[in-house]
Amino acid sequence: MDIRELQGYANFFMTIFLVIMLYGYIIHLYRSEKKGESDYEKFGNIALDDEIDSKPIVPNPKTMNENEEQNK
Amino acid sequence: MQSNAALEYDYSVAKLFTYTTILFGFLGMLIGTLIAAQMAFPELNYMLGEYGTFSRLRPVHTNTVVFGFTLSGVFATFYYVGQRVLKVSMAESKFLMFMGKFHFWLYFVGALLATVSLLLGYSQSKEYAQYEWPIDIVIVLIWVSWGVSLFGLIGIRREKTLYISMWYYIATFLGIAMLYLFNNMSVPTYFATEGLGNIMHSVSMYSGTNDALVQWWYGHNAVAFGFTVPIVAMVYYFLPKESGQAIYSYKLSLLSFWGLMFVYLWAGSHHLLYSTVPDWMQTMGSVFSIVLILPSWGSAINMLLTMKGEWNQLTENPLIKFMVLASTFYMLSTLEGPIQAIKSVNAIAHFTDWIPGHVHDGVLGWVVFMIMAALFHMAPRMFKREIYSKSLIEKQFWLQTTAVVLYFTSMWIAGITQGMMWRAVDEYGNLMYSFIDTVAVLQPYYAIRALSGVLYLTGFLMFAYNMIKTMTASRELTQEPQFRSPMA
Repeated sequence: MDIRELQGYANFFMTIFLVIMLYGYIIHLYRSEKKGESDYEKFGNIALDDEIDSKPIVPNPKTMNENEEQNK
Repeated sequence: MQSNAALEYDYSVAKLFTYTTILFGFLGMLIGTLIAAQMAFPELNYMLGEYGTFSRLRPVHTNTVVFGFTLSGVFATFYYVGQRVLKVSMAESKFLMFMGKFHFWLYFVGALLATVSLLLGYSQSKEYAQYEWPIDIVIVLIWVSWGVSLFGLIGIRREKTLYISMWYYIATFLGIAMLYLFNNMSVPTYFATEGLGNIMHSVSMYSGTNDALVQWWYGHNAVAFGFTVPIVAMVYYFLPKESGQAIYSYKLSLLSFWGLMFVYLWAGSHHLLYSTVPDWMQTMGSVFSIVLILPSWGSAINMLLTMKGEWNQLTENPLIKFMVLASTFYMLSTLEGPIQAIKSVNAIAHFTDWIPGHVHDGVLGWVVFMIMAALFHMAPRMFKREIYSKSLIEKQFWLQTTAVVLYFTSMWIAGITQGMMWRAVDEYGNLMYSFIDTVAVLQPYYAIRALSGVLYLTGFLMFAYNMIKTMTASRELTQEPQFRSPMA
């Protein structure tokens, strides 16, 4: 088996692997939403409500500092 | 410490890149129109000596529209969208403000040097990668400075979740970085020969078929990560924001993202069908190109469905019109590309004018329409003035749509005619036509393409005029519009 043939087989199996990963991801997205673990659709609002003083959809704890005083 | 009351998004870098988008768009399209006219009327090649020939100007056209216009548009929208979806202002970090401005000025100087180098005839002779190694180094520095801005802004964000547009901007950054570095690996002959070679000359580190493979892995994915990925980033932000409708399905946007990333990188070898590239690799290029329809249409359909129940906006708001037509052209060109990548179709299409026809229904209909709509949306927010003229946008829309249709229909006919004539044989198996026969037949189609270039360029000038008037003379706004952009 020469290097070209090996490359061909490597490509084939990698493709299969990546297809499984991709389908696994789809299942993960829908299953976690069905179980109520996450709500992906709410992230669509990040574009609509994007003022600097809008409340973040998921606040970043690292930057939740003195700038957030007004929320108190 | 700043108080939130005074804190605003800082658009100074976005504005700078907006100016270069307009400037390079005009220059790139002007040269494009000129070289289209040269194809129809060859005497136009002799206006400026060696600097005005088709062969010298063609890379100037492609590089100006790709790296000048489109990248400026990508950077302008990133410095606008990035702040808004991360809910953080550039003004909050002196370092990021410096990096943003440094990024712009390095880019501007680099773009001028790069253009001059092409005009002087320095070229690596690789399509879309013509710049010689010193320019490549400047481009790497520009890219790194964008990366610092991109990840720096992400680092200080208030919104923890990265909106889907940010995913696409990050993919643009990583994709181009990887592709550009690998394809431009070269040996400067001056240093390799102890001073015998020219300082502005290099040879590729790859040779023969490998060089071709790396080149088209790059070339095809430059289209992916320059013309598709960042434009999808734009449409995912600007269409929902302008229409006031959230993305139809956020999950579909995530899925399309990974699908696109997974599939696109494998499709480049369809540029090398019937070449010395291993057969399985050619087949792989074809197959992946067909599969590419799925993630591309996933994004486009998601965009069209975002307008569900709000289709009245299509008639009321010209920016929606631009974006919906852009998504539609995205669907058209991502269907056309895979068709061309089928081996038997490619046997006719390869090396013909159908290929630039395909490229241009993608770039003129999708990329430029989307960037112009994005800048129109940004203008009232950045300059705090309403858009100067709605009726001018409407007229521009129809003029440019007509231009795109004329461009791709003429090139479809020209390309298929060309492909069929090249292959035609008589009953003895002799070729029926010589090359010049095809040129004579194609001349009217080249003239139609040149006309479409003039129409499209006129439309772009209308856009530029409208933008400049918006910046300088339009009615001032007291409040930032939430969704629909105000226009007179």
